[in-house]
Amino acid sequence: MKKLSNKKMNKTFRDNLITYGMVIAAYVIMQILVSAGAVSSLIQGLLVPLCTYAILAVSLNLTVGILGELSLGHAGFMCIGAFTSAFFSKVMENTALPSGLRFFCALLIGALFAGIFGLLIGIPVLRLKGDYLAIVTLAFGEIIKNLVNILFVGLDENGFHISFTNTMDLNMSEDGQVIIKGAQGITGTPHDSNFTIGIVLLLVTLFIVLNLIHSRDGRAIMAIRDNTIAAESVGIHITKYKLMAFSISAALAGVAGVLYAHNLSTLTALPKNFGYNMSIMILVFVVLGGIGNIRGSIIASVILTLLPELLRGLNDYRMLIYSIVLIVMMLFNWAPKCIEWREKVAARFKSKKSVKKEAE
Amino acid sequence: MSFISYLINGISLGSVYALIALGYTMVYGIAKMLNFAHGDVIMVGAFITYTMCSTMGLSPVIGVLAAVVACTLLGMAIEKVAYKPLRKAASPLAVLITAIGVSYLLQNVALLIFGANAKAFTSVVSVPALKLADGQINITGETIVTILSCLVIMAGLMLFINKTKAGQAMLAVSEDKGAAQLMGINVDGTIALTFAIGSGLAAVAGVLLCSAYPSLTPYTGSMPGIKAFVAAVFGGIGSIPGALVGGILLGIIEIFGKAYISSQMADAIVFAVLIVVLLVKPAGLFGKNIQEKV
Amino acid sequence: MALLEAKKLGISFGGLRAVDDFNISIEKGALYGLIGPNGAGKTTVFNLLTGVYKPTEGIITLDGKDITGKKTIDINQAGIARTFQNIRLFKDLSVIDNVKVGLHNHMGYSIITGILRLPKYYKVEKKMTEEAMELLKVFGLEAEADTLADNLPYGKQRKLEIARALATKPKLLLLDEPAAGMNPNETQELMDTIRFVREHFDMTILLIEHDMKLVSGICEELTVLNFGRVLCQGKTSDVLNNPEVIKAYLGE
Repeated sequence: MKKLSNKKMNKTFRDNLITYGMVIAAYVIMQILVSAGAVSSLIQGLLVPLCTYAILAVSLNLTVGILGELSLGHAGFMCIGAFTSAFFSKVMENTALPSGLRFFCALLIGALFAGIFGLLIGIPVLRLKGDYLAIVTLAFGEIIKNLVNILFVGLDENGFHISFTNTMDLNMSEDGQVIIKGAQGITGTPHDSNFTIGIVLLLVTLFIVLNLIHSRDGRAIMAIRDNTIAAESVGIHITKYKLMAFSISAALAGVAGVLYAHNLSTLTALPKNFGYNMSIMILVFVVLGGIGNIRGSIIASVILTLLPELLRGLNDYRMLIYSIVLIVMMLFNWAPKCIEWREKVAARFKSKKSVKKEAE
Repeated sequence: MSFISYLINGISLGSVYALIALGYTMVYGIAKMLNFAHGDVIMVGAFITYTMCSTMGLSPVIGVLAAVVACTLLGMAIEKVAYKPLRKAASPLAVLITAIGVSYLLQNVALLIFGANAKAFTSVVSVPALKLADGQINITGETIVTILSCLVIMAGLMLFINKTKAGQAMLAVSEDKGAAQLMGINVDGTIALTFAIGSGLAAVAGVLLCSAYPSLTPYTGSMPGIKAFVAAVFGGIGSIPGALVGGILLGIIEIFGKAYISSQMADAIVFAVLIVVLLVKPAGLFGKNIQEKV
Repeated sequence: MALLEAKKLGISFGGLRAVDDFNISIEKGALYGLIGPNGAGKTTVFNLLTGVYKPTEGIITLDGKDITGKKTIDINQAGIARTFQNIRLFKDLSVIDNVKVGLHNHMGYSIITGILRLPKYYKVEKKMTEEAMELLKVFGLEAEADTLADNLPYGKQRKLEIARALATKPKLLLLDEPAAGMNPNETQELMDTIRFVREHFDMTILLIEHDMKLVSGICEELTVLNFGRVLCQGKTSDVLNNPEVIKAYLGE
């Protein structure tokens, strides 16, 4: 009996190791290829965004696959992480703080703020049913994007100045510095992130999410997903665990935002990077990789990011391909008739195999 | 005086939202799903009218009729291919995610056909503008037609639902699918009919929207669609009068927000309304609370 | 003093009086049955006792403590656990994890311990596994510990639901039609299990059941509900011979 459970422990342990190993192997191979000069600059430029997308996909999978709620505002949390951390780095740029420590602090700040917003949004919203949650998170993402676009923040010897209209309105002294310039965003963020840091952050994200899933709290979260009423009947605090999962997921999206922001010299909030489109793109990664399948999320983000780039002609059709992938995958994986058909095919395949074996 | 102009513009925009919200609210009431692609059906409708009238030079009446017919068929096709197979899926998220996929599919197909550049939509309305209070208030023909069509369609729809057999079947299916089936109601047919009506109305809304705001892109439908869903939630999802009231209130809020607070923040204000409504009265103005049976 | 006491319990849905003037008193260690025709309000009584519905009037006490109108999770922690008429398992979790969720409030570690895998994580998880396996053994489910709950056959799903409820260490166990959908052999086996649970865990059990063989076989006392009201209450043999009860069941 004990053996059985041990076996299970070992199996999840082995599964997790494969996931970590896969990421590390990809990193090592990529580094070798880069140093051999076999990687185009186009692809090299995609390495950090790839890590960003993979982290986002893993964190969204925590909400969609493990908690069982649909968030369409993940780009909003990423936006918060990006702007709060870039703001911090920009303010601290000319201080004595070493760049490594500065980036670490920026990371904590980005994750913390995104997590806090996740909590604040989650408190009212997680009481609602799935569809409402989707639309409210979408609304939240758009509000954040709009707000950032009219936000002006400056710094001079009198401290911070904030305005929602324009730079002039900040009333700063001559030598003051405007840090956030409305629609022009933040320029000159220190370039603190790179592929190695991206991979480390992805591994940390994986570590947090995988260990959470296979712990007491993760079981409670999944119990709520599977049957809220039953979870309540065995004494699981529904709101507490929903909030826990949602704010961890938001904080991790914030981490992705930090990575993203410190890889660019100009950070602006556009529909393309922090809008609803981005949230949907991440959702496509999660769906293709399998809802609830963490390793799948990473593989899907890599494939769906690299494929259109590698097949040049496909780039125009990228979003079209994404939408078809989304529809086909959902029908294939969730339609009861499709599931039935797949089981039938699998059964036939198996029986053929066993017949063959007997024949041998 | 500008206040009254804003109010009238708000009611006009709100009428469009109300027409779109009808599609959401009917589908939600009957199929219990959020049809994310509904906003993009608006865009398809507007493009069909644009092609018929501006490119081929046909009369606006034909253009609008063609759009209504095409969108009705499109709505039914979407339901049959993408939603129906998932009606009994284990997770309620399945159909919602698929609907998002359909929304993106429509946008990107339109993008491939028509390109990303905005098309100048020629208004289909030929009613002259109305000038009141010595010309200080100018009500455009589009505004008049939009508000009137919204009211006529609403009234027609209420009559249809309350007086016809098919309408009663819709009510029955929205109450209890299983029981309706036992009573001999064709549930699949009723759901298809709901999608057909909702999509047909979306085409009308698309034409009216683009007549008032004549810039047409593949993304034209997406924001109004989401806002109309907010309107449907505001009014109480599943309720037809709720869609009308919610739509018009939201239109007024948006125009006033643009005029008096900040034009960039108008969308954010609309979404903030959604969050507040869901906090204070999750069932909306005219909705009812439903508890899961244990 | 009785373990569970409900006095003048009532609830209305809209204009419908679902349960009216319901009184029950269950002694510690009792095996008590709640029977009645379909739609009599039996499950509603369970929902009132477990806080799914708030009673419009009346008082519920458990072990002398007032639990009227409390939330489901607080009532579970006060000592009432239940199963459901339409099975509600965590279907995408393994069998053993279903039971471990039941143990949630009795053994724990912080989320930080869980994520960082501190030594306490391994210690507590090991204990949880042991305890869960012990419960599974009682129900003959130990071989399926790592199966997904959804893949269990129907009868075993019912058993797993009972195991999960017991894992919360209740004082009172509510079983909502435990034998529904079982064949006579399975029902017989279930009766033995229920008896065993009572002996082994020193448990008080209140069950809803339609299977008269099971009810007369294991329940010592019965309450009969009809149209939301108590029709008859008392020793099983007396109740089942009561002409009113026979009339309610067979009709006139």
